[in-house]
Order: sequence, then structure tokens, then C-alpha cells
Amino acid sequence: MPPIRDAMPAFELFQPGSVSDALGILDRHGADAWVMAGGMDTFDWLKDRIKKPRVVVDLGMVNELRGIKDAGGGLEIGAMTTLTTVANNPLVKERFPMLAEAALIVASPQIRNQGTAGGNVSQDARCWYYRAGWPCYRAGGNICYADTPTAVNREHAIFNADRCVAVNPSDTAPALVALDASFVIKNGSSERVVPAEEFFIGPGIDIERLTVLRPGDLLTAIRLPATWAGKAHYFEKVRDRMVWDFALVNIAASINASGSTIADSRMVVNGVSATPYRLTAVEDAIRGKARDKATADMAAEIAVRGAVPLRHNAYKIPLVKALVKRAIRGEAEWTS
Amino acid sequence: MDLLERMRSPWGESVLVHISWDLFWASLVGGLLFLLAHGGYMLFSQHRKREPAEVDRLEAERKGLPARITRHGFVARVFHWVQAFAMLTLLITAFFPIVGVRFAWVQWHWMAGILLTASILFHIVHATFFLDFWSIWVGPKDIPELKTEVLREMGREDVPGPRPGKYPLGNRLYHLAVVVAGLAVIATGILMMARVRNTLIERNPYWLSDPAWGLTYVLHGLAGVGFVGLVIAHIYFALRPEKLWITKAMIFGTISRREYLEYHDPDRWVAERKSDVV
Repeated sequence: MPPIRDAMPAFELFQPGSVSDALGILDRHGADAWVMAGGMDTFDWLKDRIKKPRVVVDLGMVNELRGIKDAGGGLEIGAMTTLTTVANNPLVKERFPMLAEAALIVASPQIRNQGTAGGNVSQDARCWYYRAGWPCYRAGGNICYADTPTAVNREHAIFNADRCVAVNPSDTAPALVALDASFVIKNGSSERVVPAEEFFIGPGIDIERLTVLRPGDLLTAIRLPATWAGKAHYFEKVRDRMVWDFALVNIAASINASGSTIADSRMVVNGVSATPYRLTAVEDAIRGKARDKATADMAAEIAVRGAVPLRHNAYKIPLVKALVKRAIRGEAEWTS
Repeated sequence: MDLLERMRSPWGESVLVHISWDLFWASLVGGLLFLLAHGGYMLFSQHRKREPAEVDRLEAERKGLPARITRHGFVARVFHWVQAFAMLTLLITAFFPIVGVRFAWVQWHWMAGILLTASILFHIVHATFFLDFWSIWVGPKDIPELKTEVLREMGREDVPGPRPGKYPLGNRLYHLAVVVAGLAVIATGILMMARVRNTLIERNPYWLSDPAWGLTYVLHGLAGVGFVGLVIAHIYFALRPEKLWITKAMIFGTISRREYLEYHDPDRWVAERKSDVV
């Protein structure tokens, strides 16, 4: 990695006070504009001088994007709500403890105080070849440096790699997919609501983006339906350092159990592909089954079908299997 | 507008990475402008077929000709449509994502490329051993035909109409362009298979140096955008009213005796009976 330089490249800074002002600026500057939420992703890019936007739109002053409110038994979380607020909010803890847990183990307390819900799901890939500014596929080039015989790719993808093997680094993203959340995106005068599962896109669809956000788009809120409120939730993050690290693999599971029988579930792992990887085959296989060791063992085998490890990340396969087993049995302690 | 895109390698070198996608738009717009220009021009152009009286005379002289004359045998037609399917799939998978239609295209693209490559290899063998190989190529023998065509297009109605063999000169020039672009796109495409995961060639990004890879991607891109214009022109000519008899022959295989005599020189293309053609 190149050394971080203290002096950022020059850009024109906008600090709008409202969503409409922000949208106006984004509309005016299009692809030249860079949207900054908490800055936890942005400042790395700018200080490394890898990204050199002409215009930065700092959303820090847009108070209407902050806060968590009830929405018919579900919740609506403003995109600029800090991760600390999400982790500590009584409604989140009561209805969606998995999301509170996921937010609580993002990075460090300082980062959680500054980082936002919207920023955490919108952050870019953390592949060091890409972040170092090398001309890889994701940066517009024609090679994946992480997918070569000598590459350092311990943290990279085992599922759905398509030229690029970077993974989605978010902790809250798998929880939001498991909770069937939807994302509110505004652009000019239009608004669209995108299911969390469709918000994230893999390299096969667009190798230069991790999300559907395009120039002019502004993620304003995350909506959690009441569907999975109060159901059995499970979140676990495995990382090298317990104090501050991205996930090697994390898992989020919502399970609607009737007695000891699984009526329905949504199970998602992250850190294994460019999008939160929903285990739909597992969900189908465990429907109507007892929440026991036999089901967990069967599900673990199904979960890793199609996995293609790189030179240094084959350990992710048994890791995914172990996490799936623990999620189904609900036996592990929270990792924080 | 930059025609080629360069990036800085990890070693600080400026290397080619691929063509600018502006070239795709240039090829697309160029192809469409050609349609408009040619369509307008054809309103005033000379007819290229023989005069009816001359055709009547030839028919009278060549009573032995069959009513239907085979222009494209079954195998040749199958090749053409397989190649067309592969080419359209390649263009759709390559360029739809660029214009904003997003889908996982890489796997379909290389599979269509394999189909195209296989069909071309087959065509080379088939054309070499079972067809009149030289009938499609351009050479010095075509200079009189070129001269005649130019003079007639310039308004010299006293010059007799062209007498092409099986394939008119424009057709053969088009084939030449497709051969050049096709071989470039296939050769570079096979190399590029080593950069994507597939079931045929093991990934090895170290086959070539960074600059050589860049050149490979650039050539592939240039040939690809070239095909955008070439395919537009091909479809346009296939749909033009005065060319529909050729298009029908590519579907059904035959042309009528009168079409044969109107558009061809019977001495340069000796009509084959259906049983003679593979």
C-alpha cells in the first residue's frame, strides 16, 4: 500500500443543509460529484490520492437524513444515522437485535461514532490491490491482481467471482438482507425503493461498482419491514483481530421457528463474494426441518456448494460451514 | 476524445488497457450514417442487373439451365446462420452492458466466442475442400469489374453493367473485412480466455507482459467495434429490396434462373445443380 498522504487533492466542497439541496448539487455535477457520508471510506480514497473527484458533497449537515423511526412495526433508519446510534437504539435492539449486533461490531468505537448506516452499506471494496490504485478490472483495467498464482488473496471471494475477486466488506449489509430491508434512493425528483438483496451487485453485472448507486443517486433511508421483527436472529462475525477488523466471514440469519421446527428463514453470509451471499438453497432445505444438529450438518454441506477457493482462502469453506451450523442451532455466543 | 485508454501499472509504467468505448459509439453512429447515405444514394444509382432484353436473350441461349439454381448449399447456410447467431450474441454481450443493459455477460460472451471460432474453423475446411475457394476472394482479376462499377456509378450509362461471378465485388470486399476483423477478434479472444475463469483454458494472467496484454485488449476492442459497423451494414444490405433475392437464397438455398442471369456472369459462375452442392 502506498503511504497515506496528509494533503488531499483539491476539490470543490459542498455542505448542503437539506436533501433537496444535496440532490440539486448531485444533479448539477453528475459523475464529477462524490457523495460523502461519515467519510470513513472517502478519506482513505482521497488521502491515498487514488480517487480525485472534482466535487465532494458532504452530507454531514443534512439532519433530515438522521434518526430512527417506527414504521408500522418495522423501522426506517436515516442513511446518515451513525452506527453507534443504530447499535444503541432501543427499537433496533428490541425488534432487530441482529442489526444492533452487526452495527456494534463494525470497526472501532471512534469509527462507529462517525460512520453511518448508509455509508456502511455503500462502502467500496477493500481489496488492497484495488485500494492501492493498481489498474485492476474494478479500477477500469484488464486484470485482477488478487486472482493470480502469487496473489495475496486470503480475504477474497469464494463465491461468484467474475474476473474480480473482491468481497463486500460490510457488517450491516448481510443483516439488512437477512431482515429483508429495502433502500430508499432519490435522484432528482424521482425516488425508487430497492430491496437490499438487489442493492448490491456483483462484478458480472458491473465490475466497477458494489451497489446500484449511480451518479446523481442519494441513498436516503433504510426500511426494515415488520416481517422479521421479534423472530430468532443470529449474527456472527469472524475476524483476525477482535478489536478492529473487517470480517473474514460473517453470517446473519433470521429464523421464524414454530417450536423447534423452522417455518422460514433468511440466511446471508458476507466476506465471501462481492455481494452479501444469500444461502437460498439452505433456506429451502431447512424449511420444515427441526432446528437441530442433523439439519445444521445438512445445511452446512449445501451452503458451500459452488465455492471456488483461491490459493490462500480455502479456509473460508469450513468457516462458512461452521457458521451456518451455529446459526441454525443458535448456539454460539455473540462475538462482541 | 481519447481513442485508447492507458493506466499506470504497479511498476509505474503507462500501459494500454483497452480502447475507449467512445469508439463503440463512433462505429455505431458511423454504421447508421452509412445506411442513410447509401439509402439516399441508391435512389439515384444505376441498376446493376442486366436489361430485360439481354436476360431474355440469355435465357433463350441457355435453355439447359434448371429453373432453380443453388447459390448456397445446406452446409454453407447452416454455417452462415450459426456464425450469425454467435456474432449477434457476441455483440449483444459485449456492448449491451456498455450502453447500460447490465447482466452477467462474460460467460455468454466467451461461449459465443468458442462457437464462432469452431464455426470459422469448420468454414475454412469446408470452403477449402468443398466449395470454390477463390470465388470469394478479391484480386487483380477484379479490376475490370471495379472499373465498370465506378464508371456506372459516375453516370456512364453506356458502360455495360457489371458481370460478377458468384459473389459481387462489394460482397467479396465485405468478406475480406470480416476475415481481417474476425481473425483478430478470435486470436485475441482466445488469449483473453486466460484472463477469465472458464472450463477450457486455465487462468494464467502471466502469459503475456502488461503491454502485450494491453495490445491484445485493444485489438480485440477495435475488431469488436469494427464488427458493430460491419454487422449493421450486412443486415442493411440483407434487407434492401433489391438484395432480398440474395437473402432468400441464404435461407432457402436457391435463386431463380432469371435472377442468375440478371445478376451474374454465367461464364464466371457456372451454375451448379442442387446435387452438386454440399
